[in-house]
Amino acid sequence: MEHHQAEHSVGYGTYVLVWLGLLVFTGLTVSVSGINLEALTVTVALLIAGFKTFLVMNYFMHLKFEPILFRLMVFVVIITFAIFLSLTFLDVLFR
Amino acid sequence: MASHALTHTGHGEINYLDYKGKYSGILGWIFSTDHKRIGLLYLSGVTLFFVVGIFLGLMLRLEQLTMGETVVSARTYNTLFTLHGVIMIFLIVIPAIPAVLGNFFLPIQVGAKDVAFPRLNLFSWWLYMTGAVLALVSLFTKGGFPDTGWTFYAPYNIRTTTNVPLAVFAVFILGFSSILTGLNFITTVHRLRAPGMTWFRLPLFVWALYATSWIQILATPVVGITMLLIFFERLTGVGIFDPAKGGDPILYQHLFWIYSHPAVYIMILPGMGVVTEIIPTFARRTIFGYKAIAASSLGIALAGSLVWGHHMFVSGQSYTASVVFSLLTFLVAIPTAIKVFNWVATLYKGSIHLEPPLLYALSFIFLFMIGGFTGVMLGVLSVDVHLHDTYFVVGHFHYVMFGGTMMAFIAGMHYWFPKMFGRMYNKRVATLAWALIFIGFNMLYFTMLILGFEGMPRRYYDHLPQYHSGHVVATVGSWILVLGLLIMIINLVRALKSGPKAEANPWQGTTLEWQVPSPPPHENFEEIPVVDRGPYDH
Amino acid sequence: MSSVAETAVHEEKHSDVIGAKMGMWLFLFTELLLFGGMFILYAAYRAKHQHEFFLSSAELNMPIGTLNTALLLTSSLTVALSIEALRRGSRNLSKLFLLATIVMGFGFLVNKYFEWSAKIHHGIYPNSPELLKASAGEQLFFSLYYVMTGLHGLHVLVGVLVLGWIYTLIQKNPTDPGNFIKLENGGLYWHLVDVIWIFLFPLFYLIS
Repeated sequence: MEHHQAEHSVGYGTYVLVWLGLLVFTGLTVSVSGINLEALTVTVALLIAGFKTFLVMNYFMHLKFEPILFRLMVFVVIITFAIFLSLTFLDVLFR
Repeated sequence: MASHALTHTGHGEINYLDYKGKYSGILGWIFSTDHKRIGLLYLSGVTLFFVVGIFLGLMLRLEQLTMGETVVSARTYNTLFTLHGVIMIFLIVIPAIPAVLGNFFLPIQVGAKDVAFPRLNLFSWWLYMTGAVLALVSLFTKGGFPDTGWTFYAPYNIRTTTNVPLAVFAVFILGFSSILTGLNFITTVHRLRAPGMTWFRLPLFVWALYATSWIQILATPVVGITMLLIFFERLTGVGIFDPAKGGDPILYQHLFWIYSHPAVYIMILPGMGVVTEIIPTFARRTIFGYKAIAASSLGIALAGSLVWGHHMFVSGQSYTASVVFSLLTFLVAIPTAIKVFNWVATLYKGSIHLEPPLLYALSFIFLFMIGGFTGVMLGVLSVDVHLHDTYFVVGHFHYVMFGGTMMAFIAGMHYWFPKMFGRMYNKRVATLAWALIFIGFNMLYFTMLILGFEGMPRRYYDHLPQYHSGHVVATVGSWILVLGLLIMIINLVRALKSGPKAEANPWQGTTLEWQVPSPPPHENFEEIPVVDRGPYDH
Repeated sequence: MSSVAETAVHEEKHSDVIGAKMGMWLFLFTELLLFGGMFILYAAYRAKHQHEFFLSSAELNMPIGTLNTALLLTSSLTVALSIEALRRGSRNLSKLFLLATIVMGFGFLVNKYFEWSAKIHHGIYPNSPELLKASAGEQLFFSLYYVMTGLHGLHVLVGVLVLGWIYTLIQKNPTDPGNFIKLENGGLYWHLVDVIWIFLFPLFYLIS
């Protein structure tokens, strides 16, 4: 198990903190949904979901401690999805 | 490259064909995790289905030889062209180069003993065969094979009584197989390069496969989910694309082409990679513009993901989308042209040896150029409105996929055949086959371009009198083409058994696979080579 | 990137932990884009039928949805803790956390079952006579709801099975160093299922 020791180890405490943060943001997104924000409702919900994903990926999924290449790949995936979505919306919004 | 690797290998090592593993006989093949054997497994599948696909194509052409209903009924004709399309695209053109030549040579070219996940590699071949069998089963079950065309457009895919669910499930499985191959290649290129094999010392075939793999990873899941949605729709009546249930059939087309346009680059990029290997070898000089070619592979992968809407100009999508997609389409021409110019520049003042592989590679450039130019024509919004769904489109994509990808595949087979099997084929017969293929091909598909320009619509089992002479020429062309293909295949099969023994490096190639014996030993290299120069240094 | 080349030569391919993880991430990317295709559909249909989506969303059971979110987030925590425990060599603790993860995964599915049954009981399911009478937007909302949460549920089920398999591996062969990378990759898969739910939850339950 030599190379496991060499990897960055995250303490139990950090994980619990991240988990607490995730629960707080879940509570936040639920309570915000009760307020009528009109068009902003979905935007706010997605922003919170985005931040939660950031936490899960960086800490639970260790992305923060992996080689930079991994983060680069995730970035490429996000860009690709953004391209697919926005070019589809060129049709949906202007039809 | 790595000249001392040569001295360590070659004596007393068992080649991969004679190697005795855990199993013997046929089991030693279908349960082998050796990337070379898996490559040959794919080769047998691809060859078998190619012959089936050719036969279906011949039937289509035969029906068009005469006016009226002669050989097959209108309904059968619809099923035939659907089956022809599905087989040719999902079972042949997409896997041919990556799964056969890529599997065999990518690990050797990067200086590795195998791909990163050998068992996953075998699994993806099993998925490929499963998909093929499912497609075959759908022929004989519940309404028979779909008559929708290979695009399975909504809402007809919901209404037709043919066995759409099984066929789209087969496509889903085949997509999964393609994804796993891509996953394996990306990890192999990142993790298993030999010492000294820096990114810019990778053969350009590897670069092309690397770019292809990314498209496979990023675009294939989208068609996967689209096929699954049709599957669910047919089984549960969930109405995602059904206009009767509020669905939007145009969104189906978006999701379908989000994958299927980039899929065109899954097909053509590896072909370009093969040609990039062949040209410097037979010009006996280093490649011109290495970095430009490597970057243009990635450029094509990127630009190719931005243009799917050009398949939908007459679908009813917004004009804004059509205009933007039309503009973006022209972008693809740039990285593509970069490659062509660099190939030509490599040949310029080279010491050219006109062997069969180079003949095929040169005809790739010529045919692919016609395919590319007609592609740009179709990308022009105003022109496409007239040419959409005509034989012009059919001619265009056969120039790209057959004249491009398959010609490159045949070129690659002739280039690497002595390495793969340790035997040489009859070069004169190969040249004769090439000539027949080239003539028949242009007779068949250039006539289609003209017919389409005159207004002959695609996917009709019959034609009007003014198109008759064109159809006759095309059908005769198809016979010449098939004759050439058969001679080519028979020539290679005969060489398998009785061809003269080939040397380790019959073409004086410079990449790593030419440094190992023919056929390569079970583990490729006795000792992992240390690379100290570029891939095409003569 | 040159450091990658230097570490590339491994005597044994299977000891390449980074390569194994890279393969897993690449697989996760395909999962992301698989769901991505459906998110594109969701976005397009929602843009067209905003009002109907709002109305339909109100019919979903938000408390159960919230509970399920908490369950999945907590199970993500426990699987992360399980990996950390195995890294530190405390196998029993690791197995305990893993078991907790599996139980919570099951809990999620049970909740989902009750939620779906209630909807079906009210006559809201694909192709139901009731749904066919509804507006286009409502039909689409529930079609997407069933397909997306259904496919997500399938992923939860697969995740539970994979983690269960890894549990038996640790049980049977406690000292096998290969367990660690398997658990780590199983964990990555589990977290991804969590990430997808993080988006599904607000998009279906919280837009009323």
